[in-house]
Amino acid sequence: MSVPYVRPEFRMLPAPTPESQAYWTGGRHGELLIHRCRACRNFFLPGGPVCWRCRSTDVAPEPVSGRGTVAAYTVNRQTWLPAFPPPYTVALIALAEQPDTRVVSNIVDIDPADVAVGLEVEVFFEEWEDVWIPLFRPVQEAS
Amino acid sequence: MGSRGGPFEGKAVVTGAGKSQVGRRLGRTGLDLTVEASLRAIADAGLTPDDIDGVASYPGPGTPDPGFSGASVHELRNALGLRSTWYISSSETAGQIGPVIEACMAVATGLANHVLCFRSVWESTAQASKGRGSVLAGTGRANPHHEFFGPYGAISAANWLAMPAQRYMDEFGLTREQLGAIAINARTNAALNPDAIYRDPMSMQDYLDARMISDPLCLYDCDVPCDGATAVIVSRRSAANGLPRQPLTVESVGTGMFERATWDQRADLTTMAAHDAAATLWERTDMTAGDVDFAQLYDGFSFLTVQWLEALGFCEHGKVGHYIEGGERIALRGELPLNTSGGQLSGGRLHGMGFLHEACVQLWREGGERQVGGDAEVTVVAVGGGPVAGAMLLSAR
Repeated sequence: MSVPYVRPEFRMLPAPTPESQAYWTGGRHGELLIHRCRACRNFFLPGGPVCWRCRSTDVAPEPVSGRGTVAAYTVNRQTWLPAFPPPYTVALIALAEQPDTRVVSNIVDIDPADVAVGLEVEVFFEEWEDVWIPLFRPVQEAS
Repeated sequence: MGSRGGPFEGKAVVTGAGKSQVGRRLGRTGLDLTVEASLRAIADAGLTPDDIDGVASYPGPGTPDPGFSGASVHELRNALGLRSTWYISSSETAGQIGPVIEACMAVATGLANHVLCFRSVWESTAQASKGRGSVLAGTGRANPHHEFFGPYGAISAANWLAMPAQRYMDEFGLTREQLGAIAINARTNAALNPDAIYRDPMSMQDYLDARMISDPLCLYDCDVPCDGATAVIVSRRSAANGLPRQPLTVESVGTGMFERATWDQRADLTTMAAHDAAATLWERTDMTAGDVDFAQLYDGFSFLTVQWLEALGFCEHGKVGHYIEGGERIALRGELPLNTSGGQLSGGRLHGMGFLHEACVQLWREGGERQVGGDAEVTVVAVGGGPVAGAMLLSAR
């Protein structure tokens, strides 16, 4: 069931580092940018100066489709931040391009009770000051 | 005495243990509690502060969370005027008992004779006014630790661990009723521990009716912050002659971490660094899980205890639900008594070292009403969750 997403009044914003700048600002151009190794083609998170798998330093952020599947999730019920009230769904999303690389995000536009492992989701972005927060919602039918 | 096996060849032993007052919002400082636990541990070992030539602690200075660290090594050294031939604090180590393992290395190699190892917390007092949210107070942006989880409201370890718990339940059919056996067992044992925070009986219905924190974890799946300090003395066996206590031998330690230290990128989401630490624990000894008489397994969240149960080989991967169902097997009179002081779930979040303290109490047969069977002489202490993991095999043999 679709539950229209309402932008919250507050999000705890990240402080981008040289290695996460692309991740948090790719949304400016509608792109989810994930560090990738040009030698072994590994996508990896968090980004960094070297590929942890083959140790090549020939790495750079690269756009991905923004599609993925829910690998694990939780519906948070506890108020941690008064301006960001529960319930909300936090998930690990396996990238379509490489499922063992996972993005942390909220799953929105859906009743939390309908979220399940394997749910296909796609990214959209929410602009906050100088960052674009990647969020995910169920894949729309006509794509 | 014949030669002993294990990484320390029997040279590293525990000779004393101490605990401070433990409670909610005691209003005492972390250093005050740390001194109390330390002096008790030193006296328990039959030593004086002048005999202590090493100090080790987790996590050391620089942690941003209020009350997460009660005192640093230097603060305690300064307070007690300790002369040290070796000392260390660390958080990038094998869990909250990592510095104890380093103390074993120090005494085994002769860098020190008697190492005071401590862990203290005063989160209950430090966070009392604003609760867990105060951890983040005053930060305009998420600190680096929260960079990828904070923007999504996942600021608690409850969130980070609820996700693998959900995936494990989804994949292997672990139920809330089965998981509840961990919390109920802790509460049952806490009733026999005068120092425990929560001692009133808990039924399965109480557990199932508790408010949810982060599905599938409810309030009773999460440990309770407290103020308190625990300390043990790790001694070089040859320096322990004539001390009053039977020395407890550190038979092996589990320190492995085979993947990147993350909460979200481990290849198999249904295992944790616990599995790596446990693998190294058993590689380093001829003993097996079958030798263990009782277990002290970290329960910052109930799901971490079930991870340790299977990581250490008490049951097969994915089968832990059946193992703990009903709670008989893990009860005080069961085949593997578990978390005999009430753990952190009901005893209070002494953060890892409380399990080591309780292991010593039991091996010295001073558990009182909660004492495990009289012939118990081997236990495993395992602490941490997610990318944090360390384990120790301890015997009174």
